[in-house]
Amino acid sequence: MEAVVFALCAAIIMGGALGVILFTNPVHAALSLVATLFGVAVIFINLEAYFLAAVQVIVYAGAIVVVFLFVIMLLGVDRAENVQAEPIVGQRSLALLAGAGMVAIAILVGISVGGNATGQKVSPSGIPGDADIAIQDILIEGPAINDAGGALVDPETGELETEVVAEGDSNVKQLARVLFTDYVFAFEITAILLTIAVVGAVVLARKPRGELQDLPEMDLPVNYRPERLLVGASAEARAEILGSDDPDDPDGGADDESDTSDNAAEEDA
Amino acid sequence: MLIATLGTGYYLALSAALFITGMVGLLVRRNPLVMFMCVELMLNAVNISFVAFGRELGHLGGQVSVFFVLVVAAAEVVVGLAIIVAIMRRRPGASVDDMAVLRG
Repeated sequence: MEAVVFALCAAIIMGGALGVILFTNPVHAALSLVATLFGVAVIFINLEAYFLAAVQVIVYAGAIVVVFLFVIMLLGVDRAENVQAEPIVGQRSLALLAGAGMVAIAILVGISVGGNATGQKVSPSGIPGDADIAIQDILIEGPAINDAGGALVDPETGELETEVVAEGDSNVKQLARVLFTDYVFAFEITAILLTIAVVGAVVLARKPRGELQDLPEMDLPVNYRPERLLVGASAEARAEILGSDDPDDPDGGADDESDTSDNAAEEDA
Repeated sequence: MLIATLGTGYYLALSAALFITGMVGLLVRRNPLVMFMCVELMLNAVNISFVAFGRELGHLGGQVSVFFVLVVAAAEVVVGLAIIVAIMRRRPGASVDDMAVLRG
């Protein structure tokens, strides 16, 4: 049953991931991302991480992707992207080569370990823990999931054991107990991180007061050629990028895009 | 926890495939929002492998790590999109290629 769910979720996840990288419209890409995130949430349920599955849906699919869509709609960047253009020569080919290389490495690793990817000794029955070497001997000590026979009170010294989680505790309870004892410092740090992120976002996104200064003229990098961005673009995309609808002047009378953008902004102001 | 479960290798293979897809997408796409989405794909791939290892080893550290990765990803998306909004508002036609010269 777990294998069936895994196969279905893997199909959904990879389909969504391919949709993210292949759709030219960013809104379609965001919706594919939602499909992927739901698939990952079901994988979490498959892996007995129930709290994380709920948090994944609520935080990732329910908040992060919604913020993405807000920004897409706010900025109006939902025009279809021109995937033909590449600022660096051969960028797409190199990216596909890098991806194929990593796939080859992954396959080679899978073949070399003979299917036992994690190196743990697996008994013939396939049940984890029922092997020659007990997993507890290899493990670093730490909180366990459903540790059989774990008691909250150490029988020898009578002290309270906070590391061992009692059997039968729900996943949320186990996670909460661990999070607020062993990992409480990291928890507080992430609280500070979230506060900083909120303050930073408010500061960055507010309208600046006073006059905006123009950016100083800079030398563009050698491999940055604005004309390269026009490869395969339609006529209206070309005019839009160059800011000029004069077909006889392909550069629009400007040397780089930044000048035409500033001119457009100043005309609106 | 003595039930027969699917081998961790399958989850790791899925994690690797998702990560590679995100990486290729990040290198190919030029829309900054889609590039962000590819980063989210990579983070989710790592989350899957964390939870898979946590389940195999019977250790809750995997799930706690995913918890923190989720928090950091949310904070990163918030700040990154705020930056994109600030830049795009200044120059309406900017793309990630233009942002290469916004230095100094």
